[in-house]
Amino acid sequence: MAATSRLASCLPALLCAGCGGWQSALQPGGEQAGHLKVLIQLFTIVCGIVWLLVMLVLAAGLWRRHSGTPTGAAAERRSARLVGAATAASVLVIIGLTLASYVATHGLAAAGADPLVIRVRGSQWWWEVTYMDPSPDRTFLTANEIHVPVGRPIRVELAASDVIHSFWAPNLAGKQDLIPGRDNALSFTVDQPGLYREQCAEFCGLQHAHMAMLIVAEPAASFDAWRDGQIAEPPAPNDAEQAAGRLVFTGKACAACHTVRGTPAAGTLGPDLTHVGSRRTIAAGMLPTTRGSLAAWIADPQTIKPGNNMPMVPLTADELNALAAYLASLK
Amino acid sequence: MSPDSLPPDIRDTDLAPDVLEPELERTWRTPRGLIGALSTVDHKIIGRRYLVTAFIFLAMGGVLAMLMRLQLARPENRVLPPDLYDQVFTMHGANMMFLFAVPVMEAVAVYLVPLMVGTRNVAFPRLNAFSYWMYLAGGFTLWTAFALDMGPDVGWFAYVPLSGPEYGSGKRADIWAQMITFTEVSAMAVAVEIVVTVLKQRAPGMSLDRIPLFVWSMLVTSFLIIMAMPAIMVASTSLILDRLVGTHFFNPAEGGDVLLWQHLFWFFGHPEVYIVFLPAVGMVSTIIATFTRRPTFGYLALVMALIATGILAFGLWVHHMFATGLPRLGESFFTASSMSIAIPAGVQIFCWLATLWLGRPVYRTPLLFVLAFFVTFVIGGLTGVMVASVPLDTQVHDTYFVVAHFHYVLIGGAVFPLLGAIYYWYPKIVGRMMSERLGRWVVGLLAIGFNLTFFPMHLLGLHGMTRRVYTYQVEMGWGGLNLFVSLSAVLLACGFALFFFDAIRSSWIGEPAGDDPWGGPTLEWSTTSPPPPYNFRHIPIVRSGQPLWDDTETLTVAAGLRVDRRELVVSSVAEALPEAREASPANSIWPLWAAIASTVMLISSIFSPWAVVWGAVPIAVALIGWFWPKGTPEDEA
Repeated sequence: MAATSRLASCLPALLCAGCGGWQSALQPGGEQAGHLKVLIQLFTIVCGIVWLLVMLVLAAGLWRRHSGTPTGAAAERRSARLVGAATAASVLVIIGLTLASYVATHGLAAAGADPLVIRVRGSQWWWEVTYMDPSPDRTFLTANEIHVPVGRPIRVELAASDVIHSFWAPNLAGKQDLIPGRDNALSFTVDQPGLYREQCAEFCGLQHAHMAMLIVAEPAASFDAWRDGQIAEPPAPNDAEQAAGRLVFTGKACAACHTVRGTPAAGTLGPDLTHVGSRRTIAAGMLPTTRGSLAAWIADPQTIKPGNNMPMVPLTADELNALAAYLASLK
Repeated sequence: MSPDSLPPDIRDTDLAPDVLEPELERTWRTPRGLIGALSTVDHKIIGRRYLVTAFIFLAMGGVLAMLMRLQLARPENRVLPPDLYDQVFTMHGANMMFLFAVPVMEAVAVYLVPLMVGTRNVAFPRLNAFSYWMYLAGGFTLWTAFALDMGPDVGWFAYVPLSGPEYGSGKRADIWAQMITFTEVSAMAVAVEIVVTVLKQRAPGMSLDRIPLFVWSMLVTSFLIIMAMPAIMVASTSLILDRLVGTHFFNPAEGGDVLLWQHLFWFFGHPEVYIVFLPAVGMVSTIIATFTRRPTFGYLALVMALIATGILAFGLWVHHMFATGLPRLGESFFTASSMSIAIPAGVQIFCWLATLWLGRPVYRTPLLFVLAFFVTFVIGGLTGVMVASVPLDTQVHDTYFVVAHFHYVLIGGAVFPLLGAIYYWYPKIVGRMMSERLGRWVVGLLAIGFNLTFFPMHLLGLHGMTRRVYTYQVEMGWGGLNLFVSLSAVLLACGFALFFFDAIRSSWIGEPAGDDPWGGPTLEWSTTSPPPPYNFRHIPIVRSGQPLWDDTETLTVAAGLRVDRRELVVSSVAEALPEAREASPANSIWPLWAAIASTVMLISSIFSPWAVVWGAVPIAVALIGWFWPKGTPEDEA
């Protein structure tokens, strides 16, 4: 727990550092994304040179004095040789790039030993996350945020519950689709601790734009502490308002779709909210988790994220306040 | 056919030129009035309608693009709600691919191929009329649905299960699927006409090695259409069946397969890119030859490159599916095949460069479009090499990098040559020149506006911006580049607006063109501008690849065709030796009735499977009317 709060205290700094770079193929945070960045650079340089050469030949051809153009069979033959040579050169470039691509594929395929297995299930428009463990009582369910230890291979197993989605955390690896009726997996290792963003890359309907989550990469010790915290049931309400909020949660429609372990609420249509207060964002990466944003979201989910599956549940102002306080306390 | 047995058998050899032309005019003309306009089978009138309609769809699709740029100009913008945005990007893609890009290339071919090969009409002219009405009905259906807030919202690729019965609400996905049926029927019809026209109706002497490069490119394109489009029709029909009568082609819970859709769609979808690009190869080759005053360098190499591209186009559809988790060996194969298509593209570029080096360029608007094509298309081709690599593609697939890539290929690679071709052939079609001064402005605005609009999208993609998002959050840091892109798009839109202005204005006050304003080498420049209904007074005899340059005196002509009925020369496939005189069908209103009957059936079948049953009756009636002998001279043949 101490480690988690230490991390939380440096979160603002991390958030700022992440601006514009926490979802980028050009700022790798791990081995695989690093390989891919090198490959992107290689292709860009080679293609850039080819483009420049073509433009130079074009410009030279247009600017030369055409009055003294040698014509006739000799000029034609020379051009034929040059076209042949240029074609041969492009064949060589293509073969080189194909080999580079092949080598890169092999580098990525080499999976590390003893990976941490995380199951990710895509739904319209959020992510269900299951941390697997050999002992069933250490397997747990969460949503819309992943924590990973730095340096340990991660294997993300991908499934979809409705339509096709795609898991893309460009700082960590290339994308992989989540397809109904198929099992896909993605392996990567994170080198740099930090906050990365993952976003659905396959068009999946109305709120495709708002189907993201944060990936928190942290040292093994903080990760273990976080995991222990997630396995545990959330703390009981420690004031009257939170207790009232818990009553609202279990008594109203909330519990039909959401689970909070340790309470009667056991719905599975929406994200598991057992430790929702410990997550950095709500609504699949849309809003920072605060009491205020929780209240705003519950009061009117359809204005914030039009078309999403959460209905507006009529609540009094007091009920809303209490509910937001309770959810924010689920650390 | 026995040539000399029919009594009222007036031949062109029997008549003096001043009598011959009115006689030909009488036989081939389109009658005045509404009925005449609706029943014409003249390839020039139908081609012109196709062109105008396709350019109207281009303008409408462009408006949709500007709406998207308006929405994306700022983060968390609320100009377009997500539901409307999804319809807008789906309409933009479907409209541009199915109602503009493919039809406009076929339109140019319908108008020009018969003129370039020296014949009097396309093969199957009534099918040609039918294909236009079907195309018009398909476009009308799609846009009417959009106007009624029933526009498809599942992307132009309509992936299942999002477009399937469970998640695709209302009739939106059905509209998309049925629009496919309309446009593919029309595209396939035109493709068949072009193939037969090119293979069997070439002027005597136009052997395979004398066919103009644009005609070659349309021949290869037409074969691509014939082989690729059935895949999408199978896919869209299966989708309608899944949605309407509960089949489970794409439902994994009932033994169907989600990825089957993607295989079928991209088996069509990738050749589709070459269906749009190969005609542009023909246009570029034609323009470069005329404006360097020499034949295109490497005719044989260019023809081989066209054919090679056409064949390879069918071997790389999987590179649209690199993120779906297919086996690695297969992925490596498709990387190699996708990259290898850069080789014929390279051969084309090198041959054009050699032509420019060896010739004496004349910088008129069409050639300027070709230069803009070089600068932009080569970038698009090279980013194509990048996305062909599986590992690299997993980072850029479904991001704005790919949006940039394919706009470089489709606008830089196909629309720039197309507009160059319009400036080039406009005088032939309209009889007046487009403005050279405005044309230079159009090229400049489009080339600069395009690159400023689309180049930054490469960076947005690498920085994580995914496609088909209706908005993005402030903290993503994409706001600056997106605003820049949206402002640049205004420049691009101005370029297109100026093009439309020039095209409309020149039809009124453009300088009269004369038969051959550019000194072009191919047969279409040997007749008047615009050509008469019968195209050529006599069918020319071709003795070189550049008949108008090499036969400096007058073209030799073939004679002996009847003038009292529509008749043209059928020639052998390889050598174009004349084989027979063949009657060419006269005007008929029945193709329109057949198209109306088909439209009623196809649209009704969105709502009830029984429409296929009762809807078949009017179609059968229309087809019987179409083929019923009417005692015209053409029926004798």
